[in-house]
Amino acid sequence: MDLETALHVATELAGAIWVTLALAAVTLPLGLILAGLATWARRSRYRALRGVASAYVLAFRSIPLLVQIFVLYYGLSQFAWLRASPVWIVLKDPFACAVIAMSVCAGAYTAEVMRGGLAAVPQGAIEAARALGLSGFKTFLLVTMPIAIRRALPAYSNEIVVTLKSTSLACTITVMELTGVAKDLMSQTFAVIEVFCMVALIYLIINMVLIFLLQQVERWLTPAYQRKPMFAGLRRAAAKRLSSEAVSQKG
Amino acid sequence: MGSSGSIIDLFAWGGDGWTRPLLTGLGVTMACACIGYVLGVVLGLAVAFAKLGHNRWLGAAATLYTTLLRGVPPLLVIFLLFFGTNGALMWVARGFGYTGYIEVDAFTVGVMAVAFVSAAYSSEVFRGAHAAIPVGQFEAYTALGLRPFAGLWTVIIPQMFRLALPGLGNVWIMAIKETTLLSVISLAELMRVVGVAGRTTGQPFVFYGVAALVYLVLVAISSRAFHALETRMRWA
Repeated sequence: MDLETALHVATELAGAIWVTLALAAVTLPLGLILAGLATWARRSRYRALRGVASAYVLAFRSIPLLVQIFVLYYGLSQFAWLRASPVWIVLKDPFACAVIAMSVCAGAYTAEVMRGGLAAVPQGAIEAARALGLSGFKTFLLVTMPIAIRRALPAYSNEIVVTLKSTSLACTITVMELTGVAKDLMSQTFAVIEVFCMVALIYLIINMVLIFLLQQVERWLTPAYQRKPMFAGLRRAAAKRLSSEAVSQKG
Repeated sequence: MGSSGSIIDLFAWGGDGWTRPLLTGLGVTMACACIGYVLGVVLGLAVAFAKLGHNRWLGAAATLYTTLLRGVPPLLVIFLLFFGTNGALMWVARGFGYTGYIEVDAFTVGVMAVAFVSAAYSSEVFRGAHAAIPVGQFEAYTALGLRPFAGLWTVIIPQMFRLALPGLGNVWIMAIKETTLLSVISLAELMRVVGVAGRTTGQPFVFYGVAALVYLVLVAISSRAFHALETRMRWA
């Protein structure tokens, strides 16, 4: 790959990073909201509501995301009345369709993460809060939720990586994000390996930054007495080296 | 076939009906998923042992492989294989003195893509399973006088498969879902057939809906089957 192609590839990819990041940035909060609603509905006292929420989670976790995107983007265009309605302004836009489909899918997966987090809250903590006279809502807000969020965060960071990877599917409906641009560059420049390595590196870096941020949130939510110092491994290694040096100096 | 044909006409067997093409597409999907998955699990076992072994370079290569394939969208891997395999093969062939043109068909690329991605995920599953086997088992086969290879083969790996079963079930479901992406490299699997059917009949919603149902059923059957296998294996 000569310098000119390399520059061309780099500028094209730099533009596409923002599309990928924008897709992820819109999808993740929407997915979180949907997941919250689904989790609330699945714990509701009404059986019908529970049924609907469970069906949503089961169906959208089972159907491949590509099928969901295609149903939304290509499938709905079948109905003339829909094309005439104002909703079509949103549904004819590929970016909006990708975001909607991915959010609904991410919501279903995240609902499972939330369920796992809530299941990990010790019953004793809830009972203790109730015994102290906290109302049901306050118990949830002050006791259940903080513990559940902390327990669910590692699984949620997995989910974030999955969502980031799933943004690549948007290129199948003409949203030119990283993977779509990579495909075009691969077929134009024939520098297949080089383009792949650059795009893979970009994805890995975004992943690492997101995981690091999530770890910081987890650390911040952990009570001070349970917190591990940052870079615990490095410090331990440094301490070990220091002490061994001290020993060798003594000897 | 008119675009306003009734559902019965659309899904008639033979003639202009779409049932037969859809079933053919489903067959391609299943073939691709099955072959890719089996290859992927075998490769995944090898990668897992590369990570567990004592060779540092092999371990580093295996870790790089899993980090890369798990951190990058499967679609990108598919594009890499689609655009890159022909060139790579011709480069190797040129080394042997063959200068002709080599072309790999979309099915092979699809199987490779499913295999490579499943290998990355299943290697992590196997590593977890290996870690869950009690040390006593390793000591036991050594005490029985088995060499490491024989011990692994007869004592450790069978137990690993049992412990890895839930994870392997997830990898299988992932493999089924990944085959949908192969429609972008024009492999005539279910998604591709459904897309063509939707365009020619003007009823994309119906056909994509059918695809959604088919995948839902496939995943439901798979998870049932793996659960059944787990309960059977528990007492094995």
